[in-house]
Amino acid sequence: MNVQRILSVGRKEVIHILRDPQTLFFTLFVPVLEMFLLGYAIDTNVRHIRTVVFDASGTQESRNLLNEFENSQSIRIVRMVYADEEMTRAIVAGEARVGIKIPTDYSRRLEAGETAQLLVLVDGTESSVAAEASNVGNALALRESLERVLGVKALPVDSRPRILFNPDTRSANFFLPGLMVVMCQMMATMLAANAIVREKETGTLEQLFMTPVRSLELVLGKTLPYMTLTILEFCFIALLMRVFFQVPIHGPFLTLLGIFFPFVLAMLATGLLISTRAATKEAAGQIAMGTLLPSIFLSGYVFPIDSMPTFFQWVARCFPTTWMIDASRGVILRGASWSELWQHAAVLWGMSAVMLVVAAARFRKQLG
Amino acid sequence: MPDSATLAAAYFGSPVVLDVQEVTVKFGTFTAVDHVSLMVHQGEVFGLLGPNGSGKTTLIRALCGLLPLAGGQATVLGRDVRREAETIRSEIGYMSQKFSLYADLTVTENMNFYAGIYGLSSQQARKRKEELIELTGLEPYLTRVAGKLSGGWKQRLALVCSLLHGPRLLFLDEPTAGVDPVARRDLWDLLFQLAAVGITLVVTTHYMDEAERCGRVGYLYLSKLLAMGTPRELVRLPEVTPPGTKRLEIRAPNPAELLSVLRKRPDAREATIFGHSIHALVDASFDPAVCGPNAIVQETEPNLEDVFVSLARGQEA
Repeated sequence: MNVQRILSVGRKEVIHILRDPQTLFFTLFVPVLEMFLLGYAIDTNVRHIRTVVFDASGTQESRNLLNEFENSQSIRIVRMVYADEEMTRAIVAGEARVGIKIPTDYSRRLEAGETAQLLVLVDGTESSVAAEASNVGNALALRESLERVLGVKALPVDSRPRILFNPDTRSANFFLPGLMVVMCQMMATMLAANAIVREKETGTLEQLFMTPVRSLELVLGKTLPYMTLTILEFCFIALLMRVFFQVPIHGPFLTLLGIFFPFVLAMLATGLLISTRAATKEAAGQIAMGTLLPSIFLSGYVFPIDSMPTFFQWVARCFPTTWMIDASRGVILRGASWSELWQHAAVLWGMSAVMLVVAAARFRKQLG
Repeated sequence: MPDSATLAAAYFGSPVVLDVQEVTVKFGTFTAVDHVSLMVHQGEVFGLLGPNGSGKTTLIRALCGLLPLAGGQATVLGRDVRREAETIRSEIGYMSQKFSLYADLTVTENMNFYAGIYGLSSQQARKRKEELIELTGLEPYLTRVAGKLSGGWKQRLALVCSLLHGPRLLFLDEPTAGVDPVARRDLWDLLFQLAAVGITLVVTTHYMDEAERCGRVGYLYLSKLLAMGTPRELVRLPEVTPPGTKRLEIRAPNPAELLSVLRKRPDAREATIFGHSIHALVDASFDPAVCGPNAIVQETEPNLEDVFVSLARGQEA
């Protein structure tokens, strides 16, 4: 190991970065853009579901019930219809996701003390919307029933859920700590892959192999600037998240950085590994996307890991992203610190060590 | 084939820089270099010729310790290729067929990078840069981005970068591919200046005129070294003009027509057009009258191209 050679490679890489301000700009700017999109546009809480209503009863009671639906914020009545077929057609056409039919005998049955029915048709194509709509239907029916049975008496059982860490269930709080991780993952992987593939394309790698520089020195020198860049970007996104989206950081940020460090190493090693397979930047981009997609969908970034089949839960645990996202949410939202998250750091160190060894070994062999 | 030591008579007194004995390199089942032996002495300009895929680049890579030897022995600057590859790489220079410098770095930045890679102190680096800039005349272009240099200047910069650490042996892998004739000649002049101060050069090339400039030439074909010697010696190899044959230069008013006539005759073994004349290898009994009344026929020596074509044909047969 020769520090001068590592620094020479590093210095050259910094010049490459600075000579190509366009790439630098997009590298740094895309995560920010993505963050604003997710932070402002996306809300996982289902609200204002488009609904058509066929009120065959047309009584005081039926109108009260519909008001209750609208007050729930989940349902938005877009149109009244006057026939069953019309209601079905509106759902098939996508005009509405939910159809509510109140039959003609609704009020009469209520008065008579019989079971009054109402039909809630739910479009099941979007599972979260369907779940929310049927929940609202059930909850309203239950409340109406209880009020009729109990009158003014207090409810015998009362569940008071208290939502910890994200009391308003804001989507930004859920998404942004994960987004930071995924964005930095993409950045580190692509930068590292491109740094090597670019030299392959221009033939300079061949020249470098003819010099006394060792593959580990080359790898270290090349990844140092990109590691610095990725860590700076991580801090920058965290700052934006805190200032613009008011996501509080409850735990120690230094702990998060301490866990982020081995994660970045693992991602740079992934990029390196990709570069030993890919001959061109385009090919490298394709492979990088290939590794990115499963780690987005299986990491708990969007879909909760607990809902996955056991096998995929194990698969998910093999991705560094899974551990990093959990640690990120842990520190930022739950206020977790080193004592709770040291295992995450240990796992990520282990993963990055394995990846680096494999990448360096493959890298050395590739000329042969 | 005469052994390499006698062919290198001119350099007999100089130390051996490159000693390759029966070297074989394999990629899986494919043999890329097949029992090649050669010896190069200090200050020689040694040319490696051969068609694409004949094993020239592979041989150089193996000698830099980048590819494992499947058989044979090789020492470079007295060091064993198998055991001291890294030391060898710090003592040799390598300039490759493609322009392999960083296009977005300036001339100076490229030099500084290689100086750092070779572990030069800043003082050493400054001194070597001054000398080499002086030698190559790169002075006016120091702040220019390498990608904006013309082909000839790029080659000079590549040469400077491969010489910064003061190597005693320089491998040049098709250094002049795609460079205009003037720049080629300039580069060769530079190479001879280097040879004059004792730097040994091993050059691969496709150009016959460059081959003729080399002190000695080795011809690689289908992974084997078919011939080695000075261009003069190669021209006189018996395989090239076998006993009972002679080489003719025939000037004729219509060479193309004559060529098709010759190619049908069994006593004309080879024939090819050079400008307005035909070079032919014919049996000694060949009657010049066949060429017509207006043709001027004279016996000639083969050129290097004839040599390599004959050797390659002989190998295929």
